Amino acid sequence: MPKLKVDGIEVEVPQGATVLQACEAAGKEIPRFCYHERLSIAGNCRMCLVEVKPGPPKPQASCALPAADNQEVFTTTPMVKNAREGIMEFLLINHPLDCPICDQGGECDLQDQSVAYGRGQSRYAENKRAVTEKYMGPIVKTIMTRCIQCTRCIRFAEEVAGVEEIGAIYRGENMQITSYLEEAVTSELSGNVVDLCPVGALTSKPYQYEARPWELRRTLTIDVMDAVGTNIRLDSRGRQVLRCVPRINEDVNEEWASDKTRHAIDGLVRRRLDKPYVRVNGKLLPATWDEAFAAIAAVDHGGSVAAVAGDLVDCETMYAAKALVRSLGSSLLEGRQTGMAYDTSSLAAVNFNTTIAGTEEADAILLVGTNLRWEAPLVNTRVRKAIKRGAKVFAVGPETELTYKVEWLGHDLSVLGDLPDTVAKIFADAGKPMVIVGGAALKDGHGAALKLVETLNLVRNGWNGFNVVHMAAARMGGLMLGYAAKGGIADLTHAKLTFFLGADEVDYSRFGGFKVYVGHHGDAGAAHADVVLPGASYAEKSGTWVNLEGRVQRGERAVFPPGDAREDWSIFRALSDVMGARLPFDSLAGLREEMYGEVPALRHEGLVSFGWSVPAIDGSASGTIGGYPIKDFYLTNAICRASPTMQRCSAELVHGETFAEAAE
Amino acid sequence: MSVAQYVKAFTLWEFVKAHAKTLRYFFRAKATINYPYERMPQSPRFRGEHALRRYPNGEERCIACKLCEAVCPAQAITIEAEPRDDGSRRTTRYDIDMTKCIYCGLCQEACPVDAIVEGPNMDFSTETREELIYDKAKLLDNGDRWERVLAANLAADAPYR
Ligand code: SF4
Ligand code: SF4
Ligand code: SF4
Ligand code: FES
Repeated sequence: MPKLKVDGIEVEVPQGATVLQACEAAGKEIPRFCYHERLSIAGNCRMCLVEVKPGPPKPQASCALPAADNQEVFTTTPMVKNAREGIMEFLLINHPLDCPICDQGGECDLQDQSVAYGRGQSRYAENKRAVTEKYMGPIVKTIMTRCIQCTRCIRFAEEVAGVEEIGAIYRGENMQITSYLEEAVTSELSGNVVDLCPVGALTSKPYQYEARPWELRRTLTIDVMDAVGTNIRLDSRGRQVLRCVPRINEDVNEEWASDKTRHAIDGLVRRRLDKPYVRVNGKLLPATWDEAFAAIAAVDHGGSVAAVAGDLVDCETMYAAKALVRSLGSSLLEGRQTGMAYDTSSLAAVNFNTTIAGTEEADAILLVGTNLRWEAPLVNTRVRKAIKRGAKVFAVGPETELTYKVEWLGHDLSVLGDLPDTVAKIFADAGKPMVIVGGAALKDGHGAALKLVETLNLVRNGWNGFNVVHMAAARMGGLMLGYAAKGGIADLTHAKLTFFLGADEVDYSRFGGFKVYVGHHGDAGAAHADVVLPGASYAEKSGTWVNLEGRVQRGERAVFPPGDAREDWSIFRALSDVMGARLPFDSLAGLREEMYGEVPALRHEGLVSFGWSVPAIDGSASGTIGGYPIKDFYLTNAICRASPTMQRCSAELVHGETFAEAAE
Repeated sequence: MSVAQYVKAFTLWEFVKAHAKTLRYFFRAKATINYPYERMPQSPRFRGEHALRRYPNGEERCIACKLCEAVCPAQAITIEAEPRDDGSRRTTRYDIDMTKCIYCGLCQEACPVDAIVEGPNMDFSTETREELIYDKAKLLDNGDRWERVLAANLAADAPYR
């Protein structure tokens, strides 16, 4: 642990830390462009120069200099000030005076640092370099003249996203960042380079020219596009959410977000249900709330009532529906829309027990029927990190590109009972072995995978290597609230009255009774329902979500629902009055108290401990994995299907259509 | 009371003096002007009705940077922007609520391209309040109408900036 002095302040930093980190530990701000905590060190912008003794009598790049004992670092000397001013001047030689039309304006590192550390005036009167725009796909817009060649984007693509599709050509002043063939970057994480780019060279294409950072209202909430529970910030103006950016949460998403998380938000203002509808003579006609409620109250259900939860709903909504179903004398609840019916007697057996952050430490990983890259992109990046530390990865299932080296063991599930010797050996030697079971294998392979817990000794002191990857943000919360029937959705189809909570993936033809759809988008569910009640999307309500590792997280409301739409729990509360089964809460706080009373684990944010127990399921495995449940990463729910950006991504990145746009 | 005062009082001296003053002004040149047919001279910095200017080739100057919106202390300006078909950054909405505006001139100070300016026009009274909420078309139209004067004013003021 080196001890050194920064401007006279004594600090001690971990072995291997850089001088820049030491300065930060001492509370000194060091300007930087190329250095980023989560990327490798490049040391090419030189903005972080400091004076170090002992050492050569010249300023040194603090980001690339290891901290050592007895060093003395100075960050305020005239030498440092001059160096910073000089570097700033060099960087601005070729940077255009674009700020008024640049989307980065107002949140740009170059702007801020040139104000803070630059000279007041320019001495440069010559012509500036100009670089043509490069096509990088539907998410990233490039204005390459603004690039300061920090190479953060290149390092991100290689190290985190795992696609070597962004690189630099030529040298010196002529260096250009490009996607080589000017094709779309085929990464589901490409949007992150927009946040990383310290200047406005890479900006968000869908958000182009829409707003300035100072006019946006920021709301902290949780993403629902997958079960990872990415912590996000929704930036809104007026009644519209204009932008979604990740927040830092080391345990969940670090500081990344998938492209779907970032850009599905333009679907929030399209195809919305903004008034109730009632089916009259086979046609859905607009109605008032009273008419819609009356139509539901008129159903003679005789206590046969069910609720099906969709993938995006929050715990509050599910609890309100559950309470209504219960007070009408039924207990038919299900959330696994596609009809899966795995055993849920032990929630630990369907949880991501290693935790997302814990994945990094694994040294042998077996993926069973999961296309992790699409099912949970931010878990995939953790697996990449584990590999960088030396982990070996094997997979059962149809081969697919996961951005890292995987040894495929075929797609026959029986291999689980009889792992090849080499694999078994690696797992036997592993200190932290891990099995990740995906949706494709849960139906036939859950028991066999659970048996691996024993054969591979996955659960040991302080380590639980058994993991299930869910794909729906509502899944773990739903399971905790009891949205799981023994036989899956098949147990519910006979119900005379069924509430669908934003459920758009269900096979509606199997339901014979009266169908009420409570949701926010006019998608599959609304088309089949007898009554449609307009609800709120995740951006329009405060809610609780439980992510795939059992982490309870709460989000806040960013905007109000459009038109007549209401927050879902209040719809059930109002409906309960009309149906003569009044629910005992009048506010969200009241509902939450009730809910915590029933499921205490939901009360506190953070990881829920499910304990560990293995349910008694048949451990023999048979059958093959034909394919993965997600066929199109960009169109997995009603919000993305309504989003033009996601449609475009799907067409271009999944279906290979080319959009002849190239350089503008 | 002194004798002099008695004399002044009985001869209505103050009265005569006042009338003499009135008569003097009656024959002098008039200080008021016949507005609106006559006008006072105006500074090139006069801050009157707003206008959005264009470049000589007809392209609108405003690039939707929203600096004027941000600086406006009365929050009278509302802007929405979008890429135009040719990819350039343009406003789709540019409203100024002239009833909120305090004619401080900060918007024209903030504008990097001299797009929004406050022109010499001060007679833009209307019969309804709605007419005083100017939209982009109205502002551009103002710009076209006043361009010659606006350009001359900016040129006249340029040496002092
Ligand atoms: S495009 Fe941005 S992130 Fe990439 S090298 Fe240039 S300045 Fe850095
Ligand atoms: S003159 Fe002042 S108050 Fe009026 S629009 Fe401009 S900045 Fe706003
Ligand atoms: S008028 Fe000027 S300051 Fe206002 S948005 Fe347009 S260019 Fe920017
Ligand atoms: S931050 Fe140190 S050289 Fe760029």
